[in-house]
Amino acid sequence: MSVMKRVSLIFRAKANRALDKLEDPRETLDYSYQQQVEMLTRVRRGVADVATSRKRVELQMNQLQKQVQTKENQARTALGQGREDLARAALEQKSGLQGQYQSLQQQYQGLQEQEEKLTLASQRLQTQVDAFRTRKETIKATYTAAEAQTRINEAFSGISEEMGDIGLAIQRAEDKTAQMQARAGAIDELLASGALENHVGGSPDYIQVELDRMGANNEIESEMARLRGELSPGSSEPPKQLPSGPGEGL
Amino acid sequence: MIVRILGEGQYEVSEVAAAKLEELDAELEAAIEAGDDVAFKAALGASVDVVRSDGRPVPAASLQEAEIILPSSDADVAEVLKLLSEGQLDV
Repeated sequence: MSVMKRVSLIFRAKANRALDKLEDPRETLDYSYQQQVEMLTRVRRGVADVATSRKRVELQMNQLQKQVQTKENQARTALGQGREDLARAALEQKSGLQGQYQSLQQQYQGLQEQEEKLTLASQRLQTQVDAFRTRKETIKATYTAAEAQTRINEAFSGISEEMGDIGLAIQRAEDKTAQMQARAGAIDELLASGALENHVGGSPDYIQVELDRMGANNEIESEMARLRGELSPGSSEPPKQLPSGPGEGL
Repeated sequence: MIVRILGEGQYEVSEVAAAKLEELDAELEAAIEAGDDVAFKAALGASVDVVRSDGRPVPAASLQEAEIILPSSDADVAEVLKLLSEGQLDV
């Protein structure tokens, strides 16, 4: 049988099962209304949860972006100092970070879509719940229990489909949010430990350490030169030379 | 005919669109049986497009049942199988 038809039958079956459980049809109305109000609360909480997740991903994207910039700067500095090896390593790390960033970006878009869908769903449900409440009062006031049955079934089935749909949407959102949180937690840890920068070298950021060391060496050399100049202006015998560091560059 | 896209609400579609949906429905069915996610997503995407472009949104206050229901536009075969196994709805 058709897939689309089968899905709709599943929703109807659920509505019928719920209707069968209740003896007084008018009792159905109040019970269903109560469920709808609960569902509204749930869907609104769902929207808020997805928004929280989205904001967290946004923060991480900003952090990653900063690290990408750092790597770019390191590569430039390293190249300026004639250290192609370090520049290459920095660019490799930059590319890894950019990969992470792009995957976060995709998830960010996914969360945004979920949020929009759920927001619309909650507005739709709100309208339906209001319509249901009005119809419920009319049915209760106007019809006997027996007469009310058909009208109740109609209204109930209509709203039941929407409730089923929204229930599924919330489940999906919850699943997605849970996945995102697990992933976001892992990335937070990586960002905090510096491990994202760490997959090539040993120390927290060996490129930065090396660049700092080279910078410090340069500073020492220029200090040395200044001191030499002070001590022996025009002297024919230069003071004893200190061994220079391995990373010395100009 | 009233059609629901899960996660998006109901649309009233024309006879022409309903006929197109019937064809696409057969493709969906075949894709599910073959476990072919690529074919499934193509057929589902086309179905969703038909409904969105042809259909008019049904006012939310109308409280009617849809005649057919399309899975969520980003669903995959596994998700639809799970849905068809019914248990998932009884939350």
